[in-house]
Amino acid sequence: MDLAALAGCLSSPACAITQLSTGLIIGMLLFLVASGLSLIFGVLGVINFAHGAFYMLGAYFAYTGYLASGNFLVAMLCGALGMAVFGALFERLFISKIYGRDILMQLLLCYAFVLILDDMVKIIWGAGYKNMGMPQAFTMPPVFVFGGPIPVYYMFLIGVAITVGGALWFVIARTRFGKTVRAAAINPQMVSALGINTPLLFATVFGIGSLLAGLAGALAAPVRTLTPGMGLSILIESFIVTVIGGMGSIVGAFVAALIIGLTRTLGSIGFPLFVDGVMFVMMALVLILKPSGLFGKEV
Amino acid sequence: MRLSLLLRDLAVAAAALVVLMVLPTIFPGPALRDFIIYVTAFGLLAMSLNLLTGYTGLVSFGHAAYFGAGAYAFGLLMQSGAVSIPAAFVLSVGFAAFMALIIGAICVRLKEIYFAFLTLAFQMMFHSVILTWVSLTGGDQGLMGGIPRPAFWGIDLRSGDTFYIFCVLVFLVCLVILRQITESPFGYTLRMIRDNPQRAVFLGVNVYRAKLTAFVLAGSISSVGGILMALFASGAYPEFAYWTKSGEAIFMIMLGGTQVFLGPLLGAVVLQGLNHFVTIYTEHHGLVLGIIILVAVLGLRRGIADFAYDYFAGRRAASLARAEPPPAAAREVPASRAATAPEGGQT
Repeated sequence: MDLAALAGCLSSPACAITQLSTGLIIGMLLFLVASGLSLIFGVLGVINFAHGAFYMLGAYFAYTGYLASGNFLVAMLCGALGMAVFGALFERLFISKIYGRDILMQLLLCYAFVLILDDMVKIIWGAGYKNMGMPQAFTMPPVFVFGGPIPVYYMFLIGVAITVGGALWFVIARTRFGKTVRAAAINPQMVSALGINTPLLFATVFGIGSLLAGLAGALAAPVRTLTPGMGLSILIESFIVTVIGGMGSIVGAFVAALIIGLTRTLGSIGFPLFVDGVMFVMMALVLILKPSGLFGKEV
Repeated sequence: MRLSLLLRDLAVAAAALVVLMVLPTIFPGPALRDFIIYVTAFGLLAMSLNLLTGYTGLVSFGHAAYFGAGAYAFGLLMQSGAVSIPAAFVLSVGFAAFMALIIGAICVRLKEIYFAFLTLAFQMMFHSVILTWVSLTGGDQGLMGGIPRPAFWGIDLRSGDTFYIFCVLVFLVCLVILRQITESPFGYTLRMIRDNPQRAVFLGVNVYRAKLTAFVLAGSISSVGGILMALFASGAYPEFAYWTKSGEAIFMIMLGGTQVFLGPLLGAVVLQGLNHFVTIYTEHHGLVLGIIILVAVLGLRRGIADFAYDYFAGRRAASLARAEPPPAAAREVPASRAATAPEGGQT
């Protein structure tokens, strides 16, 4: 425990701004991954244990896209759209085969994919660490806010995450497609009887959820080290975010992701060994006091 | 009736003991022996988890916490040098049971997925305490310095053969205890809670207390697995209590089957076996293991033992129907099995 160091950092603007902005980008990445996880669970009832692996794959797709094109926009599209297609196929070819079975069978299937994808990454990209480096478009001096430097890329990342999160919320809450999705989450048979192609709908929802994971991976690629198995820690943190925010709530995922992101960065100064402990204490408190999460509805 | 069941289980356990004692003489060398010791430790983790998941319908995602608790408590007690192995054994199981009682009392109130998440949260808190309390636990390095194995009751576990027999014996005793629990009236109460908790309440069952009892029993037996592992590895490591261990336990029972008593053990053998032997032949063991699990899941759509049980039950029903045309008998066997979820037991 070194709370004095934490207080010292927070009282100096340069350190405080650096930590807060790092916390924000971690939070934004978590928000994207967790909202995908929560969307898939909310509509299909599937706990996508492979979601962390999708995040990893998104990062590697973006890495390859960037190496091939030198353009970060292309890299982002590779990560996001590549995973959207991958996710939709994954749902159609594998997950949909065991609907109606024990929900834990889906977990086992996803685990098989975690093992396979981690090894595939090792075979294709190698087992070592990969660094994509900062894309050329963002190699400019940082912007100073209250005397603290914030890299331009951080602002871009936060902007993209908020835009995509807002768009997701709008689509689910305000459009006809979103209404259909929400109806299918409650009663798929009825939606199907009304003439809507539910298999296609489910594949689309799984694709959108995977797109969010892939996008998060692509956005993380310039600022994180790429390694097989990088999805494991973000998976468990997304579970924490989903629980704290409330399953199925996009706003909840946003707030909870910020809380966890800031806990992670500030905690790494104040109580480096017990960061996980604090996050899980928060998760347990939410589950005990309000199991449906801060913004979730009772089920 | 109950006594005859106990006698039969004891006979099966004795036969298993004989087989397991003869095996190393047929295949000498430490490889097989070490593998079986591994299986006894992780088998207990999986078998005890299934008391919760398969029989009670509680999916704990934090079951390895008690595995880790048993390992650390035992290691620390033995390193203190103040207690003998049997005393440390009993105290460690007691510690894990107490921990399960406290955590279970909070967790079993919640339903389904919230229960799973809360057990996960408690396990990770425990894991964080292990990492943080470096002076006691050695932090992320694990409990170093080895775990002494002083002789007790004329038994010296420093000998590899004796240690092997000790592990097998402890393992079989735990299985007989588990079997007695699942076949007792209490075991059937747990199945009722799984299938229809409301009905259990109507019939006057204290569901909370029954779930909590199952939680504590499962945690205690899981800790025995941890103790065996600590003795075998001569140390305790934070990974014992990490969430991926709980995940592995769930994968073992799902792969093996939740509705047949020995299903989880089969899953443990298959998963540990693949882990052990595929790594020898290829560095891409994740790929091989993943594909095997994938094929099993998509091909069987349930655990291996459950699949085999359903398959043979189906054949028996079919041959019964052929031999005995009266529709009453033919209807009874398959329909009752198909309607209610198969309720394990008959191995």
